[in-house]
Amino acid sequence: MVKQGVVPDDLTRPFFEAANEGRLVVQALKGSDRLYFPPKPASELGCSPEDLEWREVSGRGKIYNYCVVYDCPVASLKEDLPFNLAVIMLEEDPGILMYSHLPGTAPDEVPVGAAVRVIFEETANGQKVPEWVLVE
Amino acid sequence: MTTQMAPESMYRSTEGLGIWEHRGKVASVGIGHSPTARRWDGRAETSVGALSIGALRAAIADAGVPPDQVDGIVMVPVTTTGAHWPEDQPVPMDVVNAFNPTDDLLDGVGQLSAEWILKNMPELTNVKFTMYAPGCMSAAIVVAAQAVGDGLATNCLVLKGWHNLEGRYNHGGISAASEVPGSFAISPGRTLWGAPGCYGTALQFAQYCTKYGKHHDMMAPFMQNSRRNGLLFPEGYWAQHRPEQLTPEDYLSSRWIAKPANLFDNDIPIMVAAAYLFTTADRAQDMAQKPVYILNHASSRGVARSITPTLEEVEIETATTGRKIYEGAGITADDLSFENMYDGFAQFHQFHIEGLRYRGMQPGDALDFYQTDISIEGPNPILSSGGNIGSGRSRFWMHTDCMQQIQGRAGARALTGVKPEIAVSGGPMPFGGNFTVWSATPD
Repeated sequence: MVKQGVVPDDLTRPFFEAANEGRLVVQALKGSDRLYFPPKPASELGCSPEDLEWREVSGRGKIYNYCVVYDCPVASLKEDLPFNLAVIMLEEDPGILMYSHLPGTAPDEVPVGAAVRVIFEETANGQKVPEWVLVE
Repeated sequence: MTTQMAPESMYRSTEGLGIWEHRGKVASVGIGHSPTARRWDGRAETSVGALSIGALRAAIADAGVPPDQVDGIVMVPVTTTGAHWPEDQPVPMDVVNAFNPTDDLLDGVGQLSAEWILKNMPELTNVKFTMYAPGCMSAAIVVAAQAVGDGLATNCLVLKGWHNLEGRYNHGGISAASEVPGSFAISPGRTLWGAPGCYGTALQFAQYCTKYGKHHDMMAPFMQNSRRNGLLFPEGYWAQHRPEQLTPEDYLSSRWIAKPANLFDNDIPIMVAAAYLFTTADRAQDMAQKPVYILNHASSRGVARSITPTLEEVEIETATTGRKIYEGAGITADDLSFENMYDGFAQFHQFHIEGLRYRGMQPGDALDFYQTDISIEGPNPILSSGGNIGSGRSRFWMHTDCMQQIQGRAGARALTGVKPEIAVSGGPMPFGGNFTVWSATPD
């Protein structure tokens, strides 16, 4: 599956630059274990930009649950229907969730709760994004 | 007159506010509905503007209020079911000029303003208060109830209109682009991963089934009941255009959208408008219809921690909403004769009613409850309106049904297993919506 290309913007540039380097980073409040994903402007979080940092996380997680998508609005994904669309809980903080197509896992054969690890996948314009695969 | 969006201070969105200060002092006395259609056919007389005017006039007539005594309007300016007027297509001037237009040519075609309504309803000569509410009728109702209670208007119209244009919404624009901005790519909801509109609810439902050992097939009695009730709702889309009972087999064999959500778990977008007339409890005594008193309104303002609300977040929020609803109304779950919580997506109705602890339900109980008698003839009616699944996406059938049941004019849909005295309706989302408690008496 080739996802739409991604053009990083100011808010998300550190996240996508890290992805291109094979690292998973999440916005975090300095000096605390508080993580934010998706990232938010400091003004929305009630702090100053200096209070925030991008923190590298382990890239390990678990499958919260999933659906099998049969009807998708994104044109470039339609040829891949049906596909899994799972939500992954980060090991460091299960409240932080990321989407995944679970590459390598057949549609509707998703083991809910199973351990997964991050990989980085190229999108249509070469920008990498995190994806997740089952831990063997 | 400039119309403002209702301030957040008009909503009761936190616990601990006590009994609503206007409990039983505001009443609904008039109901007006337009005809329904699957999509707009391009004619002026079927535009969302025309439908809205028709609904407003019907509500005024139903209440028996002289139009020049209407002094307020609360309405939702956004009318789209998802599709917006294409930027590269001219607005049809024959439609625009069939009415008294405003400076914004989309008024009456792809949106509504209070200015447009007043320009095209010259009989409303005494409107002094106008206000907008976001999203859907559920928000407009709570704003209007608060406005009448606060004395901002005495005879206040409440309006929601919907337009439904050709095409599949969300399939164009950024969904068809070769590149997307980074913030969109990892944003909640529609993202790089191609989640359809029902995905978030379907995911919560999947987790619900995992957590409580339930299965999608257990939704079939609810779906059948909703369509049955909808077919008894003469104002609704399915009753007017496709009077087909949905069987469990129909439902279970339908194509998946985001498994475990299939086509029927999604409501069908339509053209339609509805209006109500709210007034004070005192004035209501003189009007044509039996007053339906408002005991409370409450709002949910859930905020997901991450990319999508989890089941666990939803369950916390709906329980909170239930407590707010009861607290402000001064009632308990045992006082509810029936419920009309939102349903379009079908798969979150159970979150709403479990949050209410309707008929003693706890989280995880609703799908088993659906296997019992949930009909309008039984002691435990579920969604007597049939909701959006039963009549198309308007997000107001539930409110109309609460009023009609309590007024004794629900026709073939009339509840017979319970005496309709107190009900709750509202939505849309379990994680964000507005809810109203209706009563046959003010106390």
